[in-house]
Amino acid sequence: MKNIELLRFITAGSVDDGKSTLIGRLLHDSKSIFEDQLCAIEKTTKRRGLEGVDLSLLTDGLQAEREQGITIDVAYRYFATPKRKFIIADTPGHEQYTRNMVTGASTANLAIILIDARRGVLTQTKRHAYLASLVGIPHLVVAVNKMDLVGYSKEVFESIVREFEEFASGLNLRNIIPIPISALAGDNVVERGSSMPWYGGETLLEVLENIEINHDINMEDFRFPVQWVCRPQTEEWHDFRGYMGRIESGSLRIGDAVTVLPSGRTSRVRAISTFDGNLIEAVAPQSVTLLLEDEIDISRGDMIVKSENRPGLSKEFEAMLCWLSEDRLDVRRRYLIKHATKTARIIIDRIACRVNVNTLEQEPGVEALSMNDIARVGFKVQHALAIDSYAKNRATGSFIVIDEATNNTVAAGMMI
Amino acid sequence: MGNLNIISRKLTHLDVLESEAIHIMREVAAECGNPALLFSGGKDSIVLLRLAEKAFRPAKFPFPLLHIDTEHNFPEVIDFRDRRALDLGERLIVRSMEDSIRQNRVILKHPGQSRNAFQSVTLLDAIAEFRFDACIGGARRDEEKARAKERIFSFRDEFGQWDPKNQRPELWDLYNARVHPGENIRVFPISNWTEMDVWQYIARERLEIPSIYFAHRRQVIRRGGSLLPVSHLVRPQENERVEELSVRFRTVGDMTCTCPVESDASTLEDIIIETATTRITERGATRMDDQTSEASMELRKKEGYF
Repeated sequence: MKNIELLRFITAGSVDDGKSTLIGRLLHDSKSIFEDQLCAIEKTTKRRGLEGVDLSLLTDGLQAEREQGITIDVAYRYFATPKRKFIIADTPGHEQYTRNMVTGASTANLAIILIDARRGVLTQTKRHAYLASLVGIPHLVVAVNKMDLVGYSKEVFESIVREFEEFASGLNLRNIIPIPISALAGDNVVERGSSMPWYGGETLLEVLENIEINHDINMEDFRFPVQWVCRPQTEEWHDFRGYMGRIESGSLRIGDAVTVLPSGRTSRVRAISTFDGNLIEAVAPQSVTLLLEDEIDISRGDMIVKSENRPGLSKEFEAMLCWLSEDRLDVRRRYLIKHATKTARIIIDRIACRVNVNTLEQEPGVEALSMNDIARVGFKVQHALAIDSYAKNRATGSFIVIDEATNNTVAAGMMI
Repeated sequence: MGNLNIISRKLTHLDVLESEAIHIMREVAAECGNPALLFSGGKDSIVLLRLAEKAFRPAKFPFPLLHIDTEHNFPEVIDFRDRRALDLGERLIVRSMEDSIRQNRVILKHPGQSRNAFQSVTLLDAIAEFRFDACIGGARRDEEKARAKERIFSFRDEFGQWDPKNQRPELWDLYNARVHPGENIRVFPISNWTEMDVWQYIARERLEIPSIYFAHRRQVIRRGGSLLPVSHLVRPQENERVEELSVRFRTVGDMTCTCPVESDASTLEDIIIETATTRITERGATRMDDQTSEASMELRKKEGYF
């Protein structure tokens, strides 16, 4: 079988920017749409008194959404080309945008930010760029759409890109790729088209197919949160004691010296076991079972790391917190944190400042947080956690906050 | 970066999807008090069983297998189901819709009616009987647009209902499996897999599947643009002609509404080629009950269907 990679991306923008049309165009031109789907949207297009096939209908929602005129956060879509497999997290715009985009972006390698060529860089664009940088998306495509409506003008495109890059220089965005497109006409999406001969870069699909994603996972720092301790206790496997989990970052070899956190006990790797046999070396994001040379007390929630490369261990930390719940943050309530495989009680110590996602200004003196608020918050936690900064390690620098009374997930956090 | 340990092995998309699913299964085992794995003998749940082996061997699975049997299943699939559970040495619980019908929990308009929609009743009864707090299922987001918006850990209230407007946010790979007594969650480890991924994985792992997935001669009738298999439940009506064609099933379910497609694919490689070139979605081609209205699946899911 051919080795093909998986790329996850998110599309940011509202219906008005042509987001649905763009996704429809990508699916259609990459031949990922089936005849019965095409037939269904043809019927709907006709029923609504329109001509042809409205590609935006491919991403049309549920009955509950149509009836109530609401949009339910994230929808996932799938397509493949001979080079790669793609997972799109399609998030609607409007009021709940922050919550939706943070959710969709949390697992993405790449974000496409759509800009309407007639309207240029808007407040919304800046908000999307800020959120992409906050969630640490490695690659950002700035798709200047509706180029057909500005006469495919190179000057318009370049001036928008200049303005965007000027704004983005204040953000932590590693790789910005601007592309002039027309989702409606199909220019530079899958096919190049002939309308913009002045553009020498890749089409959107070429970028999605070719962008280097091997470095998106931290390959420096080995982190192995223990999920499950395997003790079969059968005659055949009498002494077997395996620590099961997924390598969240870095790599490991047999014989490596390891430390277990928070206890600080040390040992060496005796075997890296899988259902398909033992490995000499394993890398993120493989799921494996580790066997150690010494019998030490390890349980779920502990983290195995290399002795030469340990994260900090602390009961206090600061994080950027995105509040997701309709219930406001209430410091008197009991909250839990889920960080890697560890769940513990937390106290929200103080809200240092709230970030205005439209102006990027920091607002001090905030007492409570509402849905879609982003703030820098100080935490105290019941048990010491192995802490990496989110900027360095997405997997072990992230956490969710759970309301102990309702069991709802109320916030997402990124350790500083 | 200064790292000298260059990693030569590149993980493929199947490796990544597999590892994600193993991680999800282990989270269920660790965070849920009393889970079960829904096993029907169909291809998606066959993949789940292999993933459970990868997640938990050399130990036994930390959950039983559960099948909600409509008793409208293809006999080949039921044989396979029992054999597979036996080979694995895992406990299989079967709860039958016949019992729900006898207890008047399910009332059919006519005996031959499709039973897919009523599985929810028997499933919710089984969840209550065994006090399961989590059911692992083989649903995929590419199957249907209601599925496309569902979480991997999908929370259900005490009526077993899915509320699409009130789903828990799901970020990174941090799953919230906490429920109050009486509530439960459905967990879909292969949410991010497509039909093609499932076939490629079955081929890669050399998994055995029920024979009806491969091309075979079968008596069918044409009804509503689909082929319907003739059985003791489906008899030709007047003016319908029985034909014997070479067909295979893309999904397996209730015999009264699961339709085969014409095919000569006799090996997994043939099936993969066919899957790559087909122009019809899996459910569009094979499930008459999903064609009733645009929102059929969404409505059934709200009632507790997995």
